[in-house]
Amino acid sequence: MVDTLDQLFIRAGRGVVDWAPEPARPWLAAFLAAATITAVFAGLFALTTWLERKGLARIQNRPGPNRVGPFGLLQPVADGLKMLTKEDIRPRSADQWIHFLAPLLKVVPVLLAYSVIPFGRNLVALNLDAGLLFFFAVGSITEIAVFMAGWGSRNKYSLLGAMRAIAQLISYEMPLVLSALTVVLVTGTLSLPAIVDSQAGWHGGWLARWHVFTPWGLAAFALFMTAATAKTNRAPFDLPEGESEIIAGHLVEYSGFKYALFFMGEYLSLFAISAVGITLFLGGWRAPVAFLDWVPSYAWFAVKLLACVAWFIWLRGTVPRLRADQLMNFAWKFLLPLALVANLAAMLWQVTANWQFAGATLWRWVLVGALILVPYQRLGRALLGGRTEAPRRYRFAE
Amino acid sequence: MDAAFSIFALLLLAGAVAAMSLRNLIHCALSLVVVFFSAAGLFLLLGAEFLSFAQVMVYVGAIAILIVFATLLTGSAGATTGALAFRPWLLGVGTAGWVTGVIVAAVLNGRPLPVEGKTAALPTVRQLGEALMTRYVLPLEVIGLLLTAALIGAVVLALREGGAGRGKEPRP
Repeated sequence: MVDTLDQLFIRAGRGVVDWAPEPARPWLAAFLAAATITAVFAGLFALTTWLERKGLARIQNRPGPNRVGPFGLLQPVADGLKMLTKEDIRPRSADQWIHFLAPLLKVVPVLLAYSVIPFGRNLVALNLDAGLLFFFAVGSITEIAVFMAGWGSRNKYSLLGAMRAIAQLISYEMPLVLSALTVVLVTGTLSLPAIVDSQAGWHGGWLARWHVFTPWGLAAFALFMTAATAKTNRAPFDLPEGESEIIAGHLVEYSGFKYALFFMGEYLSLFAISAVGITLFLGGWRAPVAFLDWVPSYAWFAVKLLACVAWFIWLRGTVPRLRADQLMNFAWKFLLPLALVANLAAMLWQVTANWQFAGATLWRWVLVGALILVPYQRLGRALLGGRTEAPRRYRFAE
Repeated sequence: MDAAFSIFALLLLAGAVAAMSLRNLIHCALSLVVVFFSAAGLFLLLGAEFLSFAQVMVYVGAIAILIVFATLLTGSAGATTGALAFRPWLLGVGTAGWVTGVIVAAVLNGRPLPVEGKTAALPTVRQLGEALMTRYVLPLEVIGLLLTAALIGAVVLALREGGAGRGKEPRP
């Protein structure tokens, strides 16, 4: 029974494919997987726009969208209709083809990236040997899309915004990939299903052996999520949009559904990068505690994904935007060295894996934890430049 | 050949022709991206998964951006270039002919791939990594050293230019 529920989608898919004539089967299977991924994540995009507006509104003491449908739930539909019926304006001097192709190039690679993510037990569209590399490779195509949008619009603000966005994307790609590399170092594989399998089993018979429950894993997970926030242009790293400074940057000359496509691309990459974070550090589709193992695997994945989305919304509602120089300093002087240190820590963890004496686990925790925490503290102090942080005083209110 | 090969090969040739003949430099750079991408597709068809993804990551993600930025920073973007104002065309033809000759000679002298080799076990990422860390470790380290030297050189150049403005930040 439990197994049937767990493998429900796989059996349903196989049933549909078996019904088709023999030569069409591989095509049908590929089409089914692609259609399901597109439909599910486009739906999640619609739901998340509502969730985000509701969540931000609650943080700011407002009710949020509450007019269309119960609790404003039909707001995404209204937004979609508005975007579709809006006039599509293209500047006369814009580069016709580049301006048109940029939103497509933003969305399509992100959809490709979903094909290597294991959403449940056996539930992966494409089990690639180098799946993680594939994910980062297609993720890097968006930089070209951002450039095309910025340059093709033939607008100063667009171009400046695109330059900022590309500088940010490239800078934060380094800590992102390096923090993901820790898991590759320890598991010795680039295949995402194999990485999920490496997190099987239980600590003390009940707690899952996720990578996040190790000192290096915790550090790398924090680095990964920070870099992912910047890589997906989310607040506090949403400088490329910077409404108050460069009026939405590379999006300034886009309207109607093309504008919506950019946002769809951004949200889809947010889900994709969260999904990879979950796969690498949070055990993928595995249950957190042993006695909840009967819950279907895809349900665990969905819960974790929604938790990540909620975390991103919370962050957006509470943290102020960084300055451009702070953004670059943070990436190159803080995240990058710490990501390298996390890699060292992962190596140390791996080298000490066969320590047998009493209290070995405690010693490994102390050693690896110190290897991460000491540079963290030192680096943070050094970057503050001797300044002491005191509560901010507001003179005008005195 | 199968359809996928024809599509990628056609895209690659079309991109290469466009990259050389288009008037707008940014259009040329973007056509070059199409070429990089099609080459990655061809690698994938040959079963070289790792090489293909590395090609996309390095060439499409980094080199293409570098080319585009260089074009923008030299101020020639947007300006449509006329016919190439390159005088010694004999030199150009000579170089092109020489490169073509070398490639053709290499192809003619190379052993053809065994047909059953395609179905035999292709090298996995693990095998590639092991080869890089054992047999080819010296070239790998040399390249790493070279890249690090280039990186430090870039930092030094950048520092010298902006060095005067340091220490003038207002402290809150």
